[in-house]
Amino acid sequence: MSHWSFLVVVVVITALAFDFTNGFHDTANAMATSVATGALPPKVAVAISGALNLVGAFLSTEVAKTISGGIVDDGLVTPWMIFAGLVGAIVWNLLTWLFGLPSSSSHALFGGLIGAVWVGAGVKGVHFSEVTEKILIPAVASPVVAGVVAMVATYLAYVITRRGREREVTRGFRIGQVASASLVSLAHGTNDAQKTMGVITLTLISAGILSHGSGPPWWVVLMAGLAIALGTYAGGWRIIRTMGKGLTDIQSPQGFAAETASTTVILASSHLGFALSTTQVCSGGILGAGIGRRLAEVRWNVAGRMALAWLFTLPAAAAVGGVAAAVARQGTAGIVIICVAALAVASAIYVISRRDPVDSRNVNDQPAAPAMSATAA
Amino acid sequence: MDIKWSALGEVAVVSFAVGVAIVVIFAVGVLASSVAAQATQPAEGGHEGAAARGGTLAYAAAGLCFLACVLLAAYGIYLIVPQFH
Repeated sequence: MSHWSFLVVVVVITALAFDFTNGFHDTANAMATSVATGALPPKVAVAISGALNLVGAFLSTEVAKTISGGIVDDGLVTPWMIFAGLVGAIVWNLLTWLFGLPSSSSHALFGGLIGAVWVGAGVKGVHFSEVTEKILIPAVASPVVAGVVAMVATYLAYVITRRGREREVTRGFRIGQVASASLVSLAHGTNDAQKTMGVITLTLISAGILSHGSGPPWWVVLMAGLAIALGTYAGGWRIIRTMGKGLTDIQSPQGFAAETASTTVILASSHLGFALSTTQVCSGGILGAGIGRRLAEVRWNVAGRMALAWLFTLPAAAAVGGVAAAVARQGTAGIVIICVAALAVASAIYVISRRDPVDSRNVNDQPAAPAMSATAA
Repeated sequence: MDIKWSALGEVAVVSFAVGVAIVVIFAVGVLASSVAAQATQPAEGGHEGAAARGGTLAYAAAGLCFLACVLLAAYGIYLIVPQFH
């Protein structure tokens, strides 16, 4: 079959939808602290981040040939499994967004794929030792490293600038933040947009539209870049609020320290071939920056809820992906059912979110008490 | 299973050294420019010349620090963009 079947079109659209949720879930990584400290106006922050994500998507030629990085057996993966995995990832991304929880989009994607492949091709399709090495260990280690770096850096930043005038010090670090936040956005674009391009390319290859081993066509690069940039620009304001205001009260030296720590951890590890979650690194950095400023209050209940969401991301996305795979394998009717169900869930989440909307105007308000208890429920 | 503990340790050490170094250099730069701004404002005493000289020195120090940060950021961009490798 070397044609644009219904399934291929659906997978491409679903992949772009995932890319969009990925962008808007992760705006917070780069921009939460800049928005919180006033280094950038909220709208400007998401615009810069979106543009740099688009640039990043075009810069990187190192496209993940295997979307899964060896976590699932690529030889056994079929388009409907990819579709089911993507649905699992999208649903989990939307749910965590509703609760304002910064969870990892990469883990959601991997989780969805693992669940879908497990159901679709059996347990032999999943390489669990790779899961441990490539997901679990970096997931634990990277936020801790970023946290420690940010903590020490924050502490030193305050000690060094103690004798400076507060107004000038704050302004200086705010300018620095613009640069450090931009670097995080660029690094994000080169990493995360690639995943979607990889997914689409793999689907096109498996459908016979592209020959084996070919890279993504230009329109795939463009569409994936646009999807993630638009998602970033739409801004996951709920998550920005959690990361910028919920975890701890961020001042500009802390924001600079957190972003610098995150950037160095992301660059050092991708240079050495570790895949890690931008979200978790940045959360760790912010937490560390909170501890590093003496007397700064870290809201451990927020941090705890976030950690819980991280733990659940992979299995939860896997569960949704598995259920979706079980239905989707029935053929076109199954695919249509899953599409309708996914759209229904997305609309429901959107409707619920309108009850307590968070946007660029109230992003810097402290999360209200009722919202907190609602999230905990 | 082959967990690359040494690579993991390398990431941790490199991140720590570079991350802390950048923030410290930038903080020194911020402090220096703050000192410079204060020095160039009219002081209440009569030591105009000394203050101005201190101000120039502080400006130079701040410039050096920020230049170092810009270079480090440029290296970061170099690492991000694969075409440069």
